[in-house]
Amino acid sequence: MAGFREARGDLQLESVTKTFGDFTAVDDIDLTVPRGSFFALLGPSGCGKTTTLRMVAGLEQPTAGRVRIGDTDLTGSRPYERPVNTVFQSYALFPHLTIHDNVAFGPKRRKDKDAAQRADDALELVQMTSFAARKPAQLSGGQQQRVALARALVNHPEVLLLDEPLGALDLKLRREMQVELKRIQTEVGLTFIHVTHDQEEAMTMADTVAVMNRGRIEQLGPPAELYDLPRTRFVANFLGQANTGVGTIEGRDGDHLVADVLGTKVKVLEARSQVHDGEMMFGVRPEKVTVSRKQPDGVGNDVKGVVRDVSFLGVATSYLVDMPSGTTWSCYEQNLDVEPLDLRPGDDVWLTWNPGHAFGVPVEEIAV
Amino acid sequence: MSALAHVAGDPAVAPPPPAPETKKRGWTAYLLLLPGVLWLGVFFILPLVQLASVSLQSRYPGFPGYYYRDLNFENYVSALTDYAPHFARSFLYAGLATFFAFVVAYPLAYAMAFKVGRWRNLMLICVIAPFFTSFILRTFAWSQILADEGPVAAVLNFLHLLPGGNIINTPLAVIAGLTYNFLPFMVLPIYASLERADPRVIEAGGDLYANGFTTFRTVTLPMSMPGVLAGTLLTFIPAAGDFVNMELLGPQRGKMVGNVINDQFLAVPGGYPVAAALSFTLMAAILVMVFLYVRRFGTEELV
Amino acid sequence: MATMTPPTTTPAPPADRSPAYRPSSAKRVQLWLANHFAVLTAVLVLLYLFLPVAYTFAFSFNDHGKTNIVWQGFTWEHWQDPCGVPGVCESLVTSLQVGVISTVVATVLGTLMALAMVRYRFRGKAASNLLIFVPMATPEIVMGAALLTIFVQGFANIGINLGFTTIVFAHIMFCLSFVVVTVRARIQSLDPRIEEAAQDLYASPMQTFWKVTFPLILPGIAGAAMLAFSLSFDDFIITNFVSGNEATFPKFVYVASRRGIPAEANVIGFSMFVIAVLLVVGAQVVSSLRASKK
Repeated sequence: MAGFREARGDLQLESVTKTFGDFTAVDDIDLTVPRGSFFALLGPSGCGKTTTLRMVAGLEQPTAGRVRIGDTDLTGSRPYERPVNTVFQSYALFPHLTIHDNVAFGPKRRKDKDAAQRADDALELVQMTSFAARKPAQLSGGQQQRVALARALVNHPEVLLLDEPLGALDLKLRREMQVELKRIQTEVGLTFIHVTHDQEEAMTMADTVAVMNRGRIEQLGPPAELYDLPRTRFVANFLGQANTGVGTIEGRDGDHLVADVLGTKVKVLEARSQVHDGEMMFGVRPEKVTVSRKQPDGVGNDVKGVVRDVSFLGVATSYLVDMPSGTTWSCYEQNLDVEPLDLRPGDDVWLTWNPGHAFGVPVEEIAV
Repeated sequence: MSALAHVAGDPAVAPPPPAPETKKRGWTAYLLLLPGVLWLGVFFILPLVQLASVSLQSRYPGFPGYYYRDLNFENYVSALTDYAPHFARSFLYAGLATFFAFVVAYPLAYAMAFKVGRWRNLMLICVIAPFFTSFILRTFAWSQILADEGPVAAVLNFLHLLPGGNIINTPLAVIAGLTYNFLPFMVLPIYASLERADPRVIEAGGDLYANGFTTFRTVTLPMSMPGVLAGTLLTFIPAAGDFVNMELLGPQRGKMVGNVINDQFLAVPGGYPVAAALSFTLMAAILVMVFLYVRRFGTEELV
Repeated sequence: MATMTPPTTTPAPPADRSPAYRPSSAKRVQLWLANHFAVLTAVLVLLYLFLPVAYTFAFSFNDHGKTNIVWQGFTWEHWQDPCGVPGVCESLVTSLQVGVISTVVATVLGTLMALAMVRYRFRGKAASNLLIFVPMATPEIVMGAALLTIFVQGFANIGINLGFTTIVFAHIMFCLSFVVVTVRARIQSLDPRIEEAAQDLYASPMQTFWKVTFPLILPGIAGAAMLAFSLSFDDFIITNFVSGNEATFPKFVYVASRRGIPAEANVIGFSMFVIAVLLVVGAQVVSSLRASKK
């Protein structure tokens, strides 16, 4: 079957399921990754993201469902038949080959006459030309990472898979490589699918992020949208911080739902809540909350609390505030005031926020 | 024998990170195994079956060297009663040799793993190198070194440390020979397991206990247990079945079970059934001991 | 009350008030011994290991008459003509032939088995493991005896008599397990993701094996082959049972030992030692040179 390798178009997973014995690693996923986009699969370890990636690569076959690129059904085809290449988690460079031969490996297998030239070009793209004659063991982690990238890119795959590619690097190098990866993706215009458990990494680089949990995709969208309006409790907590409280919806006030959260009445725009009656988990991001010494004049949501801890971070100050309900909220204030608040632990404060920033998600249990 | 494998492996290759289970299923495995399994079947299992059948055969009276198929358990009775002292000697001498080899090998393995730095590879070669000269040649050399006119006997006699006046042709010489001949089988596994251990753990032990011996007993030795286990087995098993050391270094009387088997098969006409019974008993005894020993001290990674 | 004295402005007296702890010389010797105990023992053990080799070397120069037991003077004679004694070089050639054939066959079969054992899940794996382990836990004399009975009472009927062929059959058998465990350890230390990477980069299963897997396990295979050859070359006990009238080098030496081993055998034995050491040291030097280059 020639043709797998010539598949072009969007990557589609249709009702893909993968089980290992009794364990369901990936549970009936539907997903479309548009051609040329930078897509991130984000989730905690064991959520099924790597298994999903391996099914796209052909290293695992789905138990049920199909994997397509454009109109070509890749299900059942072998890894070496697919126009898909992977940057492996520990790079998996061939230790017995030079850097140049590592990169030329793919083109040579495809009987490309210009394999050597292509390898040189790819090494140039990742700025590793001067290391071409070395063996992988003689390179640092960051350099190996670049080689692994070049080794995949050189084949101009229709889809490039990155399995926690920055996981082994230190923080500074990781930030550098994030920028670099984004530059390269823009330059070559390939579909990148990036698997990571680092939410910041996913948000910095990807056009679209899919948050996975327990084998399912919880929510999918541009990073800003996911952050601003999480649709599940898991997403609210996994992607950034959220101040949350479980309450009961008691009524309506115009566009808003009014809920009672442990004695405090809070408002949420109806359009920003996934539930409209019964139990709801209310949430608001720390930087959307304003801290003041006096009760502000009336826009609705305000709660009185007691400062527990103050951390001065330079650009901002972070407060932990004990709420009457017994929970602790975190608030994040930019240091813009000429006369700082100068709060101390034990001080009474008022927390306010614009109801338009609040969100409501279902209160499903986290553990099943 | 994993120890030898570790030694043979390339130390430059780091242990891989844990990887997803990628084992394949299929007929290919059977195809790959087939030739080797067939070989072991024909040249290991089948001979053992034949040996078992021979061990139950009976002699034609009056025709030495001729047997008929039978279920003659007399052979086993004879093996166990007539040759009980030989079995006892084999296990005693092999046990002592294993103990001495352990005592001698441990400091050497320890020094190689932690003390000698870049001389490590050279020392490793030095441990293996003597064994490229033939086993028989080296044992013969010992027979001359330990001879009455030789240097060792002279020194010991000068110090009045030899009650009988000689070493050669005594059980002592046999034990010395066995200790020497199987020493690398003790050194290499212990070295391999110590080398994988983190020296900082031992330092931490020294930090917590201060006493060197306590550190050794509670930290170092347990860490090297897989190697000690493999080493003692690899020394004891061949030592218990050996007859060459006894032949070249030992006394005329008071042989080991290996000598009896060898003589019964190759020198005594009609000796096959009893010799086969002896072989089987030896093998069974060793397998039972190995099994109990592994159960007592065992780890998963024996082989 | 002295402790209550406020700090004075005068500089504190030099530290000679509490001199640095200096152990007595006896204590120092004891400490030094404790520190170097392992290394000292190691050196003594190495000397002990080399003692018989030194003896073998020395007596290869003995100008002996009938028996090479008492030192009778120095001669180069045996080194000039190591084949001077009937049978010694023939036995060496036999041993080398047996060693090479057994090594090649055992290494090929053992490597295939090791691949199956590491890379596949299949029914009967535990039994296969046992089949590989038990020969290593069986005393040689039992294997020799068992092989003798089957060769004499079974194989002789189909025209295979004790001799070169039966030696080779036996040697392949007892080398096989050692090859499997050596190669298996090497394959286990291989990151399976490296092979996945090859497949991901368009290498078919065959290409993956020959371009990636095989070069990476080759050091293990080479180590296994060396081990197999040395086991085969040095084997006496099993060979003694299955060789009939054929003589290998160890068998020649054993038979000769009753009369005193001719110095020519010492020459050959010591030369094998030197060749083996040179090979091992050479391999080490080459690999460390390769590592330091580039």
